[in-house]
Amino acid sequence: MGKNNGKEIKELTDVTVMFAGDSGDGMQLTGTQFSDTTAFVGNDLSTLPDYPAEIRAPLGTTYGVSGFQLHFGSSEVYTPGDNPDVLVAMNPAALKVNLPNLKKHGIIILNVDSFDKKNLGLAKYESNPLEDNSLAGYRVFPVAITTMTIEALKDCGLKPKEVARSKNFFALGLMYWLFNRPIEPTLEWVGEKFGKNKSVVCGNSKALKAGYYYGENTQLFAARYEVAKAELPKGTYRSISGNEATALGFVAASKLSGLPLFLGSYPITPASEILHFLSKYKKYGVKTFQAEDEIAGISSAIGASFGGSLAITTTSGPGLALKTEATGLAVITELPLVIVNVQRGGPSTGLPTKTEQADLLQAMYGRNGESPVAVLAATTPSDCFYMAIEASRLALKYMAPVILLTDGYIANGAEPWRIPHVNELEKIVVKKHTEVEGFQPYERDENLSRPWAVPGTPGLEHRIGGLEKENITGNVSYDAANHDLMCHLRAEKIERMQNDIPELVVDGDQEGELLVLGWGGTYGSITEAVNSARKEGYKVSKTHLKYINPFPKNLGEILLKFDNVLIPEINLGQLAKIIRDKYLIPVIQFNKMRGLPLRTYEITEKIAEILGGAK
Amino acid sequence: MNDKIDVKEMNLTPKDFQSDQDVRWCPGCGDYSVLAQVQRVFPTLGIPKEKFVWVAGIGCSSRFPYYMNTYGMHTIHGRAPAIATGLKVTRPDLSVWVATGDGDLMSIGGNHFIHACRKNIDLKIILFNNRIYGLTKGQYSPTSEKGKITKSSPFGSVDYPFNPLSLALGSEATLVARTIDRETKHMKEMLARVAEHKGLAFLEVYQNCLIFNDGAYSDLTDKEVKSEHVVVLEHGEPLIFGKKLDKGILLDGFTPVVVDLNDGRHSVDDLWVHDEKDEGPIRAFILSHMTDSPDMPTPLGVFRQILKPTYDEGVIQQIEHVIEEQGEGNLEELLFSGNTWVVE
Repeated sequence: MGKNNGKEIKELTDVTVMFAGDSGDGMQLTGTQFSDTTAFVGNDLSTLPDYPAEIRAPLGTTYGVSGFQLHFGSSEVYTPGDNPDVLVAMNPAALKVNLPNLKKHGIIILNVDSFDKKNLGLAKYESNPLEDNSLAGYRVFPVAITTMTIEALKDCGLKPKEVARSKNFFALGLMYWLFNRPIEPTLEWVGEKFGKNKSVVCGNSKALKAGYYYGENTQLFAARYEVAKAELPKGTYRSISGNEATALGFVAASKLSGLPLFLGSYPITPASEILHFLSKYKKYGVKTFQAEDEIAGISSAIGASFGGSLAITTTSGPGLALKTEATGLAVITELPLVIVNVQRGGPSTGLPTKTEQADLLQAMYGRNGESPVAVLAATTPSDCFYMAIEASRLALKYMAPVILLTDGYIANGAEPWRIPHVNELEKIVVKKHTEVEGFQPYERDENLSRPWAVPGTPGLEHRIGGLEKENITGNVSYDAANHDLMCHLRAEKIERMQNDIPELVVDGDQEGELLVLGWGGTYGSITEAVNSARKEGYKVSKTHLKYINPFPKNLGEILLKFDNVLIPEINLGQLAKIIRDKYLIPVIQFNKMRGLPLRTYEITEKIAEILGGAK
Repeated sequence: MNDKIDVKEMNLTPKDFQSDQDVRWCPGCGDYSVLAQVQRVFPTLGIPKEKFVWVAGIGCSSRFPYYMNTYGMHTIHGRAPAIATGLKVTRPDLSVWVATGDGDLMSIGGNHFIHACRKNIDLKIILFNNRIYGLTKGQYSPTSEKGKITKSSPFGSVDYPFNPLSLALGSEATLVARTIDRETKHMKEMLARVAEHKGLAFLEVYQNCLIFNDGAYSDLTDKEVKSEHVVVLEHGEPLIFGKKLDKGILLDGFTPVVVDLNDGRHSVDDLWVHDEKDEGPIRAFILSHMTDSPDMPTPLGVFRQILKPTYDEGVIQQIEHVIEEQGEGNLEELLFSGNTWVVE
């Protein structure tokens, strides 16, 4: 505990903050800036942007509330936090939506200027929560954010509407003060981002400083908080979101394989950002094609793959459904292709901006005929980088489509990432076939992979297509025995990737009463839940899947060493179904589909329930 | 890899373009004619064999790539233009051809077609229009005439057909042409025009389906009557037709009118002179619509050819421009860009 400007400094190990306001209030920007600065000062962190699908939902309503949750700490942070310690509410609707989640005795900083009759009415508050004692038990700090922002910005030459837009920077400044973070990185960012518009730079900078100094000068806050640096491995870091990491991963795969990168894609939430990032990377030779629809997105990628590019397509659930038939074409033509599905809530249009894991069965089985593809899943925002490279490697080596599953949470969420040097990344060996002598389009190598003979190669003119292929020659064949053989070969090829992917590692005892098995984006929630169960004295092991088709070789062996297997998923039990089917073992499911990451305490409770008194 | 198609002297013959696969179209199918003319034209283009790629969708005509000894891909229903787009954008050195039918291109693939035209992707799209679904055994197609009696329209189809040329012109294809399976010389000429065009070239081939829609174009192919029903478009030439070349077409405002050149009221000088390079699309559109009029002959030939930069060129130029301004990308720099900090 220390003193600072007469104010006490309280040391905390970790904090969860929720910034919430109208969808036009700039909460995502505020949250991102707070995250970047927090990462910059050396905390580990995890974020959860949570916003409505509408761009500007009606002002002041509960369904127009946009939130950004951020969990940071002085040791490893795996999730954006179950329940915020601090809620910044820019209006009554933001308070109403987020209060139920706030921790007991949590801090509420609210913009008291917006608690007027109109906004209370829009949020459907019957009485003012500031006056009716309904916030008893919380530490409430009413701040006149709008009034003070207007006062601070009066010399910037901004119109009243523009002034109001800067009030998120006031809130951000105040939070920087409260958590003892520097304002300089954000000031620099404002200068870069709005440099051309001097009055906006003036407004945002002044609002940020005003918020910061308000904290310092007001008597409202008796204490500030300090979260010490996390012990992170040495290296250079940046804050990274899953979508950006995915885009970077593909650029890296392009360089590592020496192949030009082609993306065929159609805009869809929450995957469009990958298209945005890659469209910027022109100087890396990346070609992006914004197609007329999802089908043209994948189809153009198949054409590019035939032509010898590293070809990818990016989408979300409904788009993956539309790409189904073309995926089958990539299966039968045995062309390398990576399909990224940033999963969101379904079915149909579902919850476009919310996260879910309910496309696993679609990825595995959602095609006509026996149509095996490799299925990979990234676990965290930064893991998207490595899994994009891995998906590319497998697609190119095995001449097969690979579906990479990420999800809205890891795609939009961010974490600090220790940036790898290019020379730490393994080269991807690509063999393009040029030898005319004895060339057969469907002859296979030791991996059952067929030769990639691209158009323009003299003497290797050949035809491929969606009709069944004769083994070796690749000619159209309706032969019964050949079809049976080809179905087996295509399946076997994917199975053989097992020899080429890492074995699964169990965290904790290698055998025992309970194994928690997860896949993809639930890694953080499960890790934190298991850690906290262990702290309570429970003996529980865990392992996490990144390869779902094929599974790692040793999965079956691992499963047999535990009395119980718990599978938490953000779906109704899709991995559970596959595990039961494949290994014929009973599993315990934990399923919650709220459009949000699993709550760690709920998983911990489930662990406790299974293990009972057995600590 | 080049970013354009290289043309040079080649010693190729039609035989070089015949694949070792048995052709499996019905005997007498108009598709044979297209295949033969393509195999005759390709050796004359000065493009190495390995630089040709045929991409097709689904349908009788979409089997085309299997019979050409070039690179080829027989894909899925309607998607050939999209697949060909990805190929051309990444491989500008290739001559990319699409073989497609009226169901494939006008129905399930309609969206890809109009967008490929709009973007002016350097593709050659050959539409085999037999006005019927052949491979699925005889349902009316989006180019079947209204009232067509088929298995799926036993009381006559209720829909109006697409006019493929109007659609192509409306979608801003940069070369729009039509030929017919029986006129092999004309077809060769058109194929050569298509091959030489830089940009989206669309060639509609009227093609007879002997089994499910025989005689769909008999007015245009029967020796006795065809010259009364066909007008061949020649750039810079007046629109004249008829067995004795005694009929002409003049343009009265926006309306084409057939006139008798022997009645003393009109001469050749009054006739509509075809200008395929016309920047405005209106006249080409009027020509395309003559097809739907029972009183007008059906035009064959190049309706319109304009030149504008292609999509694939634009993509390359943009990359070159960015590299010129910013230098070639360095992956290490990209990874370490943005706000970074060091943990010691």
